[in-house]
Amino acid sequence: MTGLPLLSIAIWLPIVGGLLVLATGADRNAGLARPLALVVAVAGFLVTLPLYTGFDHATSAMQFVERAPWIPRFNINYLLGVDGISVLFILLNSFITPLVVLAGWKVIGEKVAQYMASFLIMSGLMNGIFSSLDAVLFYVFFEASLIPMYLIIGIWGGPNRVYAAFKFFLYTLLGSLLMLIALIYLFFQSGFSFNLLDWHALKISLTTQIYLFLAFLVAFAVKVPMWPVHTWLPDAHVEAPTGGSVVLAAIMLKLGAYGFLRFSLPIAPDASRELAWLMIALSLTAVVYIGFVALVQADMKKLIAYSSISHMGFVTLGFFIFNSLGMEGALVQMISHGFISGAMFLCVGVLYDRMHSRQIADYGGVVNTMPKFAALFLFFAMANSGLPATSGFVGEFMVILGAVKFNFWVGFAAAITLILGAAYTLWMIKRVVFGAVANHHVAELTDIDAREFAVLGLLALCVLGMGLYPLPFTEVMHASVDNLLKHVAVPKL
Amino acid sequence: MSAMHPLALYVPLAPLAGAIVAGFFGKAIGRAGAHWVTILGVTAALVLSWFIFQDVDAGKTYNAAVYTWATSGGISFQVGFLIDKLTVTMMLVVNFVSLMVHIYTIGYMAHDEDNWPAGSLAGTNSYQRFFAYISLFTFSMLMLVMSNNFLQLFFGWEAVGLVSYLLIGFWATRPTAIYANLKAFLVNRVGDFGFLLGIGLIAAYCGSLNYSDVFAQSQLLAGTHVELLPGMPWALVSVVCICLFIGAMGKSAQFPLHVWLPDSMEGPTPISALIHAATMVTAGIFMVSRMSPLFELSQAALSFVIVIGAITAFFMALIAIVQTDIKRVVAYSTLSQLGYMTAALGASAYSAAMFHLATHAFFKAVLFLGAGSVIIALHHEQDMRKMGGLRKYMPITYLTVLIGALANAGLPPFAGFFSKDSIIEAVHLSTTPGAGFAYLLILAGVFVGGFYSFRLVFFAFHGKERFRGAAQHGHDDHGHHGPVEPKESPWVVTVPLILLAIPSVIAGWAMVGPALFGNYFGGAIFIAPEHPAIAKMAAEFHGSMGMVLHGLMTPPFWLALAGAATAWYLYIVRPDLPAKIKAKSGMLARILEEKYGFDRFNDWFFAGGARLLGRGLWKGGDQTLIDGLVVNGSAKMVGWIASIVRLFQSGYIYQYAFSMIIGVFVLMTLWMNRA
Repeated sequence: MTGLPLLSIAIWLPIVGGLLVLATGADRNAGLARPLALVVAVAGFLVTLPLYTGFDHATSAMQFVERAPWIPRFNINYLLGVDGISVLFILLNSFITPLVVLAGWKVIGEKVAQYMASFLIMSGLMNGIFSSLDAVLFYVFFEASLIPMYLIIGIWGGPNRVYAAFKFFLYTLLGSLLMLIALIYLFFQSGFSFNLLDWHALKISLTTQIYLFLAFLVAFAVKVPMWPVHTWLPDAHVEAPTGGSVVLAAIMLKLGAYGFLRFSLPIAPDASRELAWLMIALSLTAVVYIGFVALVQADMKKLIAYSSISHMGFVTLGFFIFNSLGMEGALVQMISHGFISGAMFLCVGVLYDRMHSRQIADYGGVVNTMPKFAALFLFFAMANSGLPATSGFVGEFMVILGAVKFNFWVGFAAAITLILGAAYTLWMIKRVVFGAVANHHVAELTDIDAREFAVLGLLALCVLGMGLYPLPFTEVMHASVDNLLKHVAVPKL
Repeated sequence: MSAMHPLALYVPLAPLAGAIVAGFFGKAIGRAGAHWVTILGVTAALVLSWFIFQDVDAGKTYNAAVYTWATSGGISFQVGFLIDKLTVTMMLVVNFVSLMVHIYTIGYMAHDEDNWPAGSLAGTNSYQRFFAYISLFTFSMLMLVMSNNFLQLFFGWEAVGLVSYLLIGFWATRPTAIYANLKAFLVNRVGDFGFLLGIGLIAAYCGSLNYSDVFAQSQLLAGTHVELLPGMPWALVSVVCICLFIGAMGKSAQFPLHVWLPDSMEGPTPISALIHAATMVTAGIFMVSRMSPLFELSQAALSFVIVIGAITAFFMALIAIVQTDIKRVVAYSTLSQLGYMTAALGASAYSAAMFHLATHAFFKAVLFLGAGSVIIALHHEQDMRKMGGLRKYMPITYLTVLIGALANAGLPPFAGFFSKDSIIEAVHLSTTPGAGFAYLLILAGVFVGGFYSFRLVFFAFHGKERFRGAAQHGHDDHGHHGPVEPKESPWVVTVPLILLAIPSVIAGWAMVGPALFGNYFGGAIFIAPEHPAIAKMAAEFHGSMGMVLHGLMTPPFWLALAGAATAWYLYIVRPDLPAKIKAKSGMLARILEEKYGFDRFNDWFFAGGARLLGRGLWKGGDQTLIDGLVVNGSAKMVGWIASIVRLFQSGYIYQYAFSMIIGVFVLMTLWMNRA
């Protein structure tokens, strides 16, 4: 591999590009800001491709490692690296960014440069989260990535955006503070190191592990979000502009899940095993309870938000049944959910741009006026229901198989999603897409244009491709997942 | 043994290619282009299947992977084909019926634009889309039957469900159609739920999803006991088989998951014939036959299967006698026939079930396509009370439907006689617990079957011509036709009818010897020595003629004949009687018309209950408990919220967010310096 600092480029190219976009200034230059943002976003994706092509499947060690001292006094380093668990998320994140830029192309008419810049900067920061191996660096990226999201919701959001942004903030703050305390504690315990890999090898008593686990749990559970700290998500989604919802669902929710794999499991493996029952119970509650809640939502975005929570329940379930089918299934589910939930929010965005309503009751018979859109929306809905040959099936299938292996009844509860997921998604489709034209607003709808078709079509290809041939995804993970499972299986008291 | 047949891959890919071309380029290639390309694809698949059949008939079996789908947890998930007699039989049946339906569709859907509201873009190119869907279905069904592993089986299983969903709701602006397709999908998902758990158990205990690996470990599954409920050790193989069979109950519409099939009649008639009679609904039968090495090891599962099958066979047939919609009569008849097949599976007579599957595919396709022919002749009238006397006007349709009815009733020497009689005999001889009960039900079902089959024939084709006058209204919701003067359908409709009627007559006679009592299925079906029903029957079998002569002296023949005679008396001799009987029977008629109340109960309990629960959890859990009490809880918290919200509102959000980060850093620095 070349000696290029690929991870740094993946982080800083979108950030610097975003600042450039910001420099185009006021909205009279929007004609420049948009293409520039797209170029930066596409370039940002292209530079991450060597991370996949150059990735060595055989090892679980960190790859593309970069190290430089940052704050030597506290032994804080600019330490980057990826393994089979994190590399795919950098690609996913960088892939979603151009789509989000395209999605906001027309509909964002005010503060265009700021809007585009926020997404580009956020994209770079999130790449930073997925590649940081130094806890402080991680924490900085983790917190900093919230700022653009606050802005996106707070500036371009809906009428109730203040309450939503605040709820989002309140939840996250509580979690972050506890995590910070845990990080500082670990710094002292490890003899003044912020290196995550050092922490993984640290011997810690069970009681302390449990405290650490709980501290991380609060931080990450809010992000995922897990039941019962999930109520910020539907509100945030409802108020966020389409692009914000896409990034929130596709990438931001993954940060919490990723945190479990990078912090909770390897640092506190004994506590993880000890508290697995709790995690499984919370996950299954998310799958079943939230599935029922999703069924009765009248707002499409809320429905998809609840569906996200339910699908993320599968992710945390897969982590804590401690077998490779479950964990790899969970990782696949995270990637797939990035495509599908992103696409679902984009679909709702397409409708919202035209009708300025997200209420299911305001629609009906969309297929009569927007047949192309209807076909794509139905396709993503099927993927959201876990139809085989779409990516939505792969993760669910693997996690359910892993869960049955772990315990039949856990698998039984998880598999209920097969019925519930189809019920809430397809019932929505029935009411929105099918039927006779419901009102004159629907009668006046115009089908998607080339730009919208390109965005949704690209995602559809990803969903289909990953459903037909998930091997390239799973084989990247094997070594790292096996290593993590082995690590968790060994007591470190 | 484990090689790939060089033609195998092209069998599913040919219809898939047709579907892609017709689906994505329908506008460019036009209507004729769409039906030609899809017909070409299916014809190719049929011809290739015939070549493969030659090789398999010569004693070869093919089993190989196409590609590795994923690997995880030490399991290699593959896409691959297993081609033996069981597979190749299904391939021929599926492709043949599919081809007939493709041709028939040219006639049936010729004026589909009339079925859409004016100006609806969903109706543009609907003709091409329909062909794309039925070809996609053919592809999915072929992937299902050709699979050599549970993953791909599940793939095909859900893919046919998807196409079924798309086709039931094909006329997407009709409320009844989009209700029916959602219902079909969800009820099937209930079955798939069990199916997936069964697959999960197999993966957990066998470490592989390939049939050959799993069958090789069947003794291990039989020997392992699992305690799913404390203190109740069950044989693992029974749990697995019952889980898998729950999947079959969804797909093959067995009681109590049968509720979706009658409603699926909302779809265009060609797919009722192809998907909801001849092929997809038989996937469950095929699957259980394929899994015979597992089912044979579980007496409990076989008992479950035989009882469910017999209940479906009898009680669904009863509903058919009160239906007046011609398609629904055939639909309930399909449910009943599927019940017969299932009962045969429970009696370990897998070959009899497969045999009935094949003959049923022909004669039930004839009945559906014949019904469709009548429906178009009467401009979308489906109510038999507005038919009558049609035999003069539609002689070919009449004759083919009559053949279908004779076969469906199981009268010799038509195809259905051989297969149905074999099932009844197998269940009679079966030692599976529950077989006695099942035998009584399916024997009684024969009378009902004879009755409803001929009720349909007499009601629709004989008697007074009732299609003039009132028939002008009813379902006819588009345009204004003159007085209905029914005429025979065009050749694209009648030729498939004739081609399907031929095997409905001769397939039983010609095939019963080899298929049932020869070694036709070879190693594809396994029967444990303690289940001797088929072997006993084979010992007593003396040719097709012998079977017919013997059949004339057994109760099923006389029961079927009595059923037909009753229909004749009630609908030809005394057409005034049915209404009087109905008025007298009160409660009983009501129960049948309510279809035993399943729909009502499901709507109330499951659909209503789920919504109630969802609303309760949302309002009570999310909004009241979590948000109300915890998040927005104390007054202090609210005050704090207000003060911060003001910050947001004053437009300092950006500064605020940054100051939070900075604050955290300051805090951290202070803390560290103190240490």
